[in-house]
Amino acid sequence: MSINNRKLTYSLAVNEAIKQMMEIDESVFVIGQGVESPWYVGNTCTGLIEEFGEERVIDTPVSENAITGSAVGAAIAGMKPIVVHPRVDFMLYAFDPIINQAANWYYMNGGRASVPLVIWPIVNRGGEQAAQHSQALHSLFAHIPGLKVIAPSTAYDVKGLLISAIKDPNPVVFIDDRWIYGQESNVPNEIYEIPFGKGTIRNEGNDITLVSFSYMAVEAQKATDELKNKGINVEFIDIRTIKPLDEDIILNSVKKTGKLVIADGSWRTGSFAAEIAAIVAQKAFKYLKAPIERVTLPDIPAPASSELEKAYYINSDNIIEAIKKVVNYK
Amino acid sequence: MKYNKDFLGGLYKMMVRIRTVEESFVQPILDKKIICPVHLCSGEEAVPVGISASLSKKDFVFGTHRSHGHYLAKGGDMGELVAEIYGKETGCSRGRGGSMHLIDPENGMLGAAPIVGGTISLALGAALASQIRKNKQVSISYFGDGATGEGALSESMNFASLKKLPIIFVCENNLYSTHMHISKMRDNTNNIADLAKPHNIKSYTVDGNDVLKVYETSKEAIEYCREGNGPVFMEFLTYRQRGHVGPDDNIQGTHTDIRPREEINEWLEKDPILRLKKVLLENNFFNNAEINKIHKEVELEVEKAFIFSDNSNKPQIKDLSKYVYK
Repeated sequence: MSINNRKLTYSLAVNEAIKQMMEIDESVFVIGQGVESPWYVGNTCTGLIEEFGEERVIDTPVSENAITGSAVGAAIAGMKPIVVHPRVDFMLYAFDPIINQAANWYYMNGGRASVPLVIWPIVNRGGEQAAQHSQALHSLFAHIPGLKVIAPSTAYDVKGLLISAIKDPNPVVFIDDRWIYGQESNVPNEIYEIPFGKGTIRNEGNDITLVSFSYMAVEAQKATDELKNKGINVEFIDIRTIKPLDEDIILNSVKKTGKLVIADGSWRTGSFAAEIAAIVAQKAFKYLKAPIERVTLPDIPAPASSELEKAYYINSDNIIEAIKKVVNYK
Repeated sequence: MKYNKDFLGGLYKMMVRIRTVEESFVQPILDKKIICPVHLCSGEEAVPVGISASLSKKDFVFGTHRSHGHYLAKGGDMGELVAEIYGKETGCSRGRGGSMHLIDPENGMLGAAPIVGGTISLALGAALASQIRKNKQVSISYFGDGATGEGALSESMNFASLKKLPIIFVCENNLYSTHMHISKMRDNTNNIADLAKPHNIKSYTVDGNDVLKVYETSKEAIEYCREGNGPVFMEFLTYRQRGHVGPDDNIQGTHTDIRPREEINEWLEKDPILRLKKVLLENNFFNNAEINKIHKEVELEVEKAFIFSDNSNKPQIKDLSKYVYK
């Protein structure tokens, strides 16, 4: 029986999704650097080796390219691998298996073989980790045909989306942000799926539309709550999956509010926020009452020093500032 | 002679099938009727034919840009190969891949790709799948000498060795990475198989133009792998009789094959088909008339494959976005 009011943290929801899927499907396995190290993967993999053994929970040498490729090859051979990278930055060694191979395989082989694979890079920013432990690269992956990209922000969503990702017959990039790991929400005990391409309205409002995803959705919620006290009613949409994108939920909201701010934790140029802005500018042009604002990182590598990090990382204050600017546009 | 007639005839016929269909692409390439880049393996047929003789349909193969031979030897359909090269909907990759992306999952040919070294780790993963499922499927990774410069090979050998995965790393050393002679890319031309040593992987260097040697050594390697003893590395010394891409690397009117004529002639004398033919005749397995009969049968098959392709439709524009996602 499901206990629908059970609270679970985001990271334990990840753990539960993997565990439950491994229990019901023997073709699911986890592979990657540090799956037995909380230092690398938090508590997302706790208990997996004990339950499923080292043959299905594989901690690997530092060989991102070959290990990711092996996950792609195992998927082509009919398995459903989950390949984890404790820092998205390390995964850049694996662009060949991800982009050249996994993303293209189904197409360039005329549908003869698919790649049912979850690619799980962990974004872990801040803490003076500097430029190679901090990047948010979802916009890059969203650019690639053949990949799906999910970017959950709550414990409930991550369990349902990860289960959908494991069941999906395509390569799915699961953008996972360590800054969300402690977030708690109600998480049903049973296996459930959240469909890709379906955003959710976290707060209804008429004054302005705010679109976000992944960790920035946490900041967006804070901004929404603060602005409510100041009399600005924000319609906050968490798109949950970047690709496929729920265009309708955004367009319908903009048609109502006429104003749009997008909060995206990647860099400004070529950010996914730019894609959303382009879609809205094209498909809801006549409804817009103000220029679209983007809240993104500046086009600067992440600095180490905390003093500089404060200026570099964006949060609810930046979102509030952007919303005020758009709401007050004349 | 420890072999029977049917077995040797089968090896001979498979090599002739590969050679004949490949050579039939030459004129259409020169006439620009074939547009997609075609990398011929003429001269290298003995490697996949000798190896595939010990593989079952369930064993896995991943290939390269030069995989017509890998595909056919693993059981791929010739008509679907020709149709793929002509960009037809009936091609093995439905006209979406061309010559460099050949696949036949029902026969274990899981795909091919032209990123040098790019499919090595995929074969590693197929071997990992076999180990997890405990079903003793062996995975063959074909790559050229050029791929020995890729880090993915070293990473894959380490992991395969560590986990004792049932994979055979098959290096088809044809001495050239596109235009570049091996002496310009490796310090020592003789040490490719030695790459396996620091990984404690069993290795062989074999005359890749002697199909019986290829068969005997790879049979041993495949059995070793299948029994769970871990990976094997095999270097086969061979030579492509044609250019890197197309019949003679004659690109836009510029002859780019810089290989010495004497070297090419020397290797033409070591042609794997002629060598097996000699064995067949000298041991009285076949007479000339029987050999000719095999060639005639293959020519007929090639003719039929071209007719199949000619009669096939091109993919429809409305289907451009088909196969992006399943």
